Amino acid sequence: MWVSSTKWKVISPIAAILLWQLLASAGLLGKTPSPWQAVEGIWFLIDTGLPPGYRLWGHAGASLARVLAGFAAACLVAVPIGVLMGWSKHLDAVLDPLVEAVRPVPPLAWLPFAVLWFGIGLVSSSFIIFLGVFFPVLLNTVSGVKSVDPRLPEAARTLGASEATILGRVLVPGASPSIITGIRIGMGIGWMTLVAAEMTGVKSGYGLGYMILTARDYARYDLVASGIIVIGLLGFAMDTCIRLVEKRLLRWR
Amino acid sequence: MEIKAGREPLLELRSLSKSFVEARTGKVLEVLSDVDLRIAPGTFTCLVGPSGCGKTTLLRIIAGLETATAGEVLLEGSPVTGPGPDRGLVFQEYALFPWRTVLKNVTFGPDVSGETRAGAIADARELLETMGLSTHEDLYPRELSGGMKQRVAIARTLAVKPKVLLMDEPFASLDAQARNAMQEFLVELWLRTGATIVFVTHSVDEAVFLGQEVLGLSRRPARIVQRFTCDLAYPRNRTDPGFTALRARILEYLKQELVDDHA
Ligand SMILES: Nc1ncnc2c1ncn2[C@@H]1O[C@H](COP(=O)(O)OP(=O)(O)OP(=O)(O)O)[C@@H](O)[C@H]1O
Ligand SMILES: [Mg+2]
Repeated sequence: MWVSSTKWKVISPIAAILLWQLLASAGLLGKTPSPWQAVEGIWFLIDTGLPPGYRLWGHAGASLARVLAGFAAACLVAVPIGVLMGWSKHLDAVLDPLVEAVRPVPPLAWLPFAVLWFGIGLVSSSFIIFLGVFFPVLLNTVSGVKSVDPRLPEAARTLGASEATILGRVLVPGASPSIITGIRIGMGIGWMTLVAAEMTGVKSGYGLGYMILTARDYARYDLVASGIIVIGLLGFAMDTCIRLVEKRLLRWR
Repeated sequence: MEIKAGREPLLELRSLSKSFVEARTGKVLEVLSDVDLRIAPGTFTCLVGPSGCGKTTLLRIIAGLETATAGEVLLEGSPVTGPGPDRGLVFQEYALFPWRTVLKNVTFGPDVSGETRAGAIADARELLETMGLSTHEDLYPRELSGGMKQRVAIARTLAVKPKVLLMDEPFASLDAQARNAMQEFLVELWLRTGATIVFVTHSVDEAVFLGQEVLGLSRRPARIVQRFTCDLAYPRNRTDPGFTALRARILEYLKQELVDDHA
């Protein structure tokens, strides 16, 4: 069962790579690199780096640190606020207009202010990620709490639970499937906004988005493709981690 | 009609009334009207009434989950102001915590009231033992049958040692066989523990099988229209002439109120 489902999972990436290689071999892609060139590009990034000396691990590590910092901060803030908004109709009514007004603003639009407030560095790029992750986690937490069977907090009350206990021990676990869904969506958006944020400038010289931009300046399209592949793999790895945690936490489902 | 002269009631309802205001239409819906009731300690009382007459509302007010429009609820003489572990409520749809195992559902009450973990677990295991659930303590609610879920719900309520056990059609969603088994189980539990039970049902048959006293509620707004004493010996036998006679008598008397009861 597991083996066969894994088989199904690798079909689409392999098919995409084969098609890509086929088009490249047929000479239909012009300057677009072939998959093989992209893989060679990854090796080049590991070995030499771009610019020379700025190697892949440095780029990946810097991007990962920014994503994780912004992501963790967003979850730590969004989950408690979301639980309170789901629990209290009044708080929901007060905060909802603000949330709905700020949410559609693309995180990147905040970049000038992020730099103004935090300077160029980890904090300002993490702040951009924070904005991308925050809203999906918040909204999923709110709707998760609202969808908890109202008899569960009632049962808890008749068993002697205080309101604070109900928040932590009934509403949070009851909403956890929805919270985790929000976290998964948020993680994906976090990667998207990070790479875009790095493309506007990075002081350390490290970052996958920044590296892609450098590669473009040198017309090294093979390295652009390498960067895209690495970002895809990292995003996939993070999502797999969250799914493993989800499977453990939600085994009651 | 007093249950037993000279005995202080454990639970007392004094001219309890309740109306809801419908949010959309603003219409006032009168659900309970002037309900008076005295429950002596250790008794098993059944309330029967037609669908939608206000049975759940009555229990929710006693549990403190709903406030009365007029009148009061007294437990051992002091007014009830909100939910608390001294009144245990067993819901019709179990309301178990799906993310907690059987054992952890039962220890929820002791856990949140700060009892020591080891003590709570030992007590919960003992309760599960008497409920025949020992081998299921690590299962999650979704893995249980309806009857098992309801026994877990009862155990979870008993774990906080309530003074009165309020049960709202707890067996209504079970199939006939499981339902009979649960009724027998509950009688046994009551005989063994001497708990005070207020049991709501819309089945006269179930009420006569379980209760020492059967109170008939009217259609909405609910009032207690008649009281029947069942002094048949436990465990009761449904084919016993005394049983069928009493059931017929209650059905007959409540005919005009319980038009939609098929028991
Ligand atoms: N929170 C509420 N707001 C408005 N109306 C309500 C509310 N709760 C209950 N009602 C109404 O009060 C009446 C009595 O409801 P209740 O659930 O107490 O009846 P019941 O006797 O338990 O019914 P059933 O046999 O279906 O369990 C119903 O008409 C119901 O629609
Ligand atoms: Mg009801």
